Amino acid sequence: MKIYGVAILAGCYLVGQLIGEQLGKLVGVSGNVGGVGFAMIMLILLGSWMKKRGLLGAEPEKGILFWNAMYIPVVIAMSATQNVKAALSGGWVAVAVGVLGTAISFAFVPIIAKMAKPKQEDKDDLYL
Amino acid sequence: MDVIEKIISKNDLVFAFLFVGIIVYVSFWIAKKLTNNKIPGSAIAIFIGLVLAYFGDKKGIADLPMFTGMALLGGSMLRDFSIVATAMGASFTEIKRAGVAGIFSLFFGVILSFFVGGTIAYFMGYTDAKSFATIGAGACTFIVGPITGSALGASTDVIAISIAIGVIKSILVTICTPLIAKKIGLNNPTTAMVYGGIIGTTSGVAAGLAAVDEKLVPYGALTATFYTGLGCLLCPSLLYYIIHIFI
Repeated sequence: MKIYGVAILAGCYLVGQLIGEQLGKLVGVSGNVGGVGFAMIMLILLGSWMKKRGLLGAEPEKGILFWNAMYIPVVIAMSATQNVKAALSGGWVAVAVGVLGTAISFAFVPIIAKMAKPKQEDKDDLYL
Repeated sequence: MDVIEKIISKNDLVFAFLFVGIIVYVSFWIAKKLTNNKIPGSAIAIFIGLVLAYFGDKKGIADLPMFTGMALLGGSMLRDFSIVATAMGASFTEIKRAGVAGIFSLFFGVILSFFVGGTIAYFMGYTDAKSFATIGAGACTFIVGPITGSALGASTDVIAISIAIGVIKSILVTICTPLIAKKIGLNNPTTAMVYGGIIGTTSGVAAGLAAVDEKLVPYGALTATFYTGLGCLLCPSLLYYIIHIFI
């Protein structure tokens, strides 16, 4: 039954939201801190645990994979509902900070990623 | 015409499925016939989405009565739900492997955006600490900006600017990620996690990675989802106090 997969996904999502809300309260931030991230980690762990024990059949997995495939259409709808007008009307400060800030952030991605990689190979022996 | 409008507004979500389906079809056709698949179809579809958003107002195209369903389909609930679903294909070993780099990139990303954004604003005439912090926070995401601004009591026009910055960032990330993916080596889970941590704007990261390689989505989304929370935590407190010492 596909709905079992969707229900597992929904369960992980809601528990993740709960953890995120509580964590937000704990650190004094209004809103959800990493709720989606916690839900993702839960789904990965629960999914592989259930697969190993043969508890997650092909049908329930299809239910999860359907929502996985709906991700891009959802993102397209999300793009179509952005406040593009506000972005274009924020004035020069907004444009300068938006463009330069984003460009500088992009530039640092390969630098940090490179710093992460050599360390990884050292650690592999220790942790595996 | 009235009947059609009535049916559509009654069934707005179902109409959104049809509408997005048509956008995807057209985009993949353009990608294949006009760009020889050099530009990914999903990147074109997302770009068309942004162009359509211009026809609306605050909620983009969803401000037009026929397209209200787009706000539900593209809203945060279904977005987060489908992001979680992408985790089904992710490997926990890869996540553990990039774990430290991912956490480091989160702190680095928030602090970098804050100071870069604030400094540019400073030289453009926003020289008080509150405006520096609010605009710097806006350079994180469009949620961190207004939360920081209202926590510090910044003026409303500065808060508006901080929202605009965050939205510009989100849109730029969406458009630019597929264009510069090769240059920044965005083709493996570790880099995707670092990318999500440094860039941080969930909508931008989610859309940007979708256009590059669907398999990387869960890794980037995983770190990005912590970014706004961390930004809301650091910007109005620690980072503001640091700035306050200097200006």
